Amino acid sequence: MVKYLKVCLAVLAGFFMTASAQEKVVNVYSHRHYETDKRLFAQFEKESGIKVNIVKANADELINRLQIEGSNSPADILLTVDAGRLWRAQERGLLQPVESEILRENVPANLRDPAGHWFGLTTRARVIVYAADRVKPEELSTYEALAERRWRKRIAVRSSENIYNQSLLASLIANDGVDAAAKWAEGMVENLARKPKGNDRDQIKALASGQADLAIVNTYYLGLLLHSEDAGEREVASKVAICFPNQGDRGAHINISGAGVTRHAPNKDAAIKLLEFLSGAEAQAAFAGSNYEYPVNPRVPWSEQLQAWGEFKADALNVGELGRHNDEAVRIFDRAGWR
Amino acid sequence: MANGLQTSWRRAWSPWTVSTAALTAMVMAPFVVLAGYLVFGVAAEWGHIARHLLPRYIGNTAMLTAGVALVTLLIGVPTAWLVAVYDFPARRTLAWALLLPLAIPTYLAAFTWAGILDWAGPVQSTLRRTFPGHDGTWLPFEIMSMPGAILVLASVLYPYVYLVTRVSFQRQSHLVLEAARTLGRPPLQCFLRVALPLARPAMAGGVALALMETLNDYGAVKYYGIDTFTTAIFRAWFGLNDMTSAIRLSACLLGAVALVMALEYGLRGRARFGNGGSDQGAQRLRLTGWRGWGASLVCALPVLVAFVVPVLMLSAWAASTWRQVLERDFLLLVRNSFLLAAGAALVAVVIAIVIAFTVHLYRRRSLRLIAGAASVGYAVPGAVIAIGVLVLCIAGDRLLGRWSAGHTGLLFTGSVAALLGAYVVRFLAVGKQTMSAGFEGLGNRLQAASRTLGAGPSRTLFQIELPLLRGSVAAAALLLFVEVLKELPLTLILRPFNFDTLATRAYQYASEEMLAQSAAPALLILLTGLLPIILINRLSQRQASPS
Repeated sequence: MVKYLKVCLAVLAGFFMTASAQEKVVNVYSHRHYETDKRLFAQFEKESGIKVNIVKANADELINRLQIEGSNSPADILLTVDAGRLWRAQERGLLQPVESEILRENVPANLRDPAGHWFGLTTRARVIVYAADRVKPEELSTYEALAERRWRKRIAVRSSENIYNQSLLASLIANDGVDAAAKWAEGMVENLARKPKGNDRDQIKALASGQADLAIVNTYYLGLLLHSEDAGEREVASKVAICFPNQGDRGAHINISGAGVTRHAPNKDAAIKLLEFLSGAEAQAAFAGSNYEYPVNPRVPWSEQLQAWGEFKADALNVGELGRHNDEAVRIFDRAGWR
Repeated sequence: MANGLQTSWRRAWSPWTVSTAALTAMVMAPFVVLAGYLVFGVAAEWGHIARHLLPRYIGNTAMLTAGVALVTLLIGVPTAWLVAVYDFPARRTLAWALLLPLAIPTYLAAFTWAGILDWAGPVQSTLRRTFPGHDGTWLPFEIMSMPGAILVLASVLYPYVYLVTRVSFQRQSHLVLEAARTLGRPPLQCFLRVALPLARPAMAGGVALALMETLNDYGAVKYYGIDTFTTAIFRAWFGLNDMTSAIRLSACLLGAVALVMALEYGLRGRARFGNGGSDQGAQRLRLTGWRGWGASLVCALPVLVAFVVPVLMLSAWAASTWRQVLERDFLLLVRNSFLLAAGAALVAVVIAIVIAFTVHLYRRRSLRLIAGAASVGYAVPGAVIAIGVLVLCIAGDRLLGRWSAGHTGLLFTGSVAALLGAYVVRFLAVGKQTMSAGFEGLGNRLQAASRTLGAGPSRTLFQIELPLLRGSVAAAALLLFVEVLKELPLTLILRPFNFDTLATRAYQYASEEMLAQSAAPALLILLTGLLPIILINRLSQRQASPS
């Protein structure tokens, strides 16, 4: 009886195995939700004959799933929207180093793991946006200066729950040290015009409604407002201007959306091929352009909106540092009362 | 009374108790895994959490739940009473329309109301155009606040109270009410002195559902900037990278819920609210003139504010974006969502009936405890449950791999079956709560009577009690269906490759702050939920007057 059962199970398992082993596939765990991704994957399928399977969820949950699945995991690629989570996956031994001439050439050194555990695919800048009628651009200089007294109760920013804020503070820890970063967070809390709430778009709306004079947001959210279907949102975007901070020293804080090959990837070669494709000139324009993000590949021209915002100096810090200091950043936020 | 049933131990090992124990064990399995993490994990950040997060978060959570309980009762009970007992213009339509807000996920309601009221939204834009010269914020009331969150959550959660209480009002022996009326009690006193106390178990059940949903909400409170217990769980887990602390916080949350339930049960005391199920269809009291229209208005208001206004906003958004969002796979999304929800609802209702019936039959404290344990899933965030389910799936797959000579396929992990099982674990309480209220309303006289006539408990269940409880079964199925339809965290993490539902698609856009784009799939969630709501509502209506 047991033997019979075993044969049945073997046949069943065999059926499921062959279904996935015979055709060429690459399985992606992705935190990216953009429509362009789907089009790019379809194009990759056509060019390479490799089918792209996707599960989309939050990076943290995908990392947990990877960890629980262990060597049974079907995933080949983990694709996230910030460097901190890639670093965390690497720390937990969920990614493997990849050697690829193409990837090394396409992705600048500070936007990938030195050992090749993960690679940036787009960059996003977290910048200051200000109410053009109440703030002069000369008044703005650095992230650090936002904690000064003159901005008391004038700044809007979202919750520290948000990974982009955690990464921003992590970059301050990396650049200025823990103590300075903690002081900065405390100063910022004094300067908040309202309790942190809403998303990045809501911070920009708070400028239009006069609730705040400055906001810290990712550039692409302003891009989304500028090109919104909604006239009200376009009006909001017309009232604000953008400032890339720290142009006199290290440059504006940037983060990446990026990916790594998983430790137990069953289709490693296909996974590397997909990453190489995504970092290539053709894919980069679409991958970054659709969401007003910046391409990582330096040879790819910027979209019109990015050119309108202008060139800027970006922090050359390796984005892996954002992950290294993430937990410390969250603790500082909690102590400072930045909810 | 059915005392004979309680005394014999041989009786205690009936098929009913055994299946209840087995089903409960299955539903509890993921939590055993989580308990393992709790015992063996290291909660490195616990000190930090207890010092900096908990005091504030507990206060907020208490205020939020108290507010939601109050508002859902204020909306749900009067409307349920009017619809159940009176007749007034548009009563039939309003009876099911009052359920509609249930189809709106809490996070979506939060986003939509913020969109309606913010600076770029229609309200403020219109105000600015009408009164030029004023450019700042117009509204004295900030929706992204504690009162705002209470109102928004209550606006989509009151249907729990309404539905469960209405079934109770309808089934309350009209004789009792008519007796009160003939004794000259004015309607308001009938309501306050007779109907309301009789409906207390149902009200408590409905509020409990609404509160557990509130405790589980993450999207709305996060967006509105309110730190609740759930926020703390995710901060510990994702922000501080400490899963053990997150699970420990979930356990605390569970303890709090258990306490509330125990309090509710204690308050109810020994009172039994059985009224023999003498449901002879009584005449609804006809309200005429301004009273009638007043009743219509009272019932129409929640529908207008909680459903029509958000849907209008969503429709306006969808109108501007549907070309970009609607693709060929949309029918597939509808099918996926519908089948998942229907399948999970079916399985969960059957399990809920078995458990609730066993408790109803044996009335043992131990059984009640076991059955209560089967409800814990509703108080635990979906993302946390997902861990337990995943660990079990992987363990199953490993076992399978060992048995089948080294193959390492994934049969359970990422399968639709695992997803269905997870839904049942998560939402069983919804079905159980509704069925328990139903059985409690029947009392145990039916069982006692048919026993004296020589019919066993099972026969009584299938031939008498379940037909009488059609409405409760329908209500349970409906609630489960809608719950699964809008469920997000479990679906996101456990679904198979390339598998989307309407909720995941709506979330995909909302999470990228593309609210307008998320409107089309969100509206489809509402539409998909509409049909079963109307259908099942009809069934639960019929319960009051069996043909």
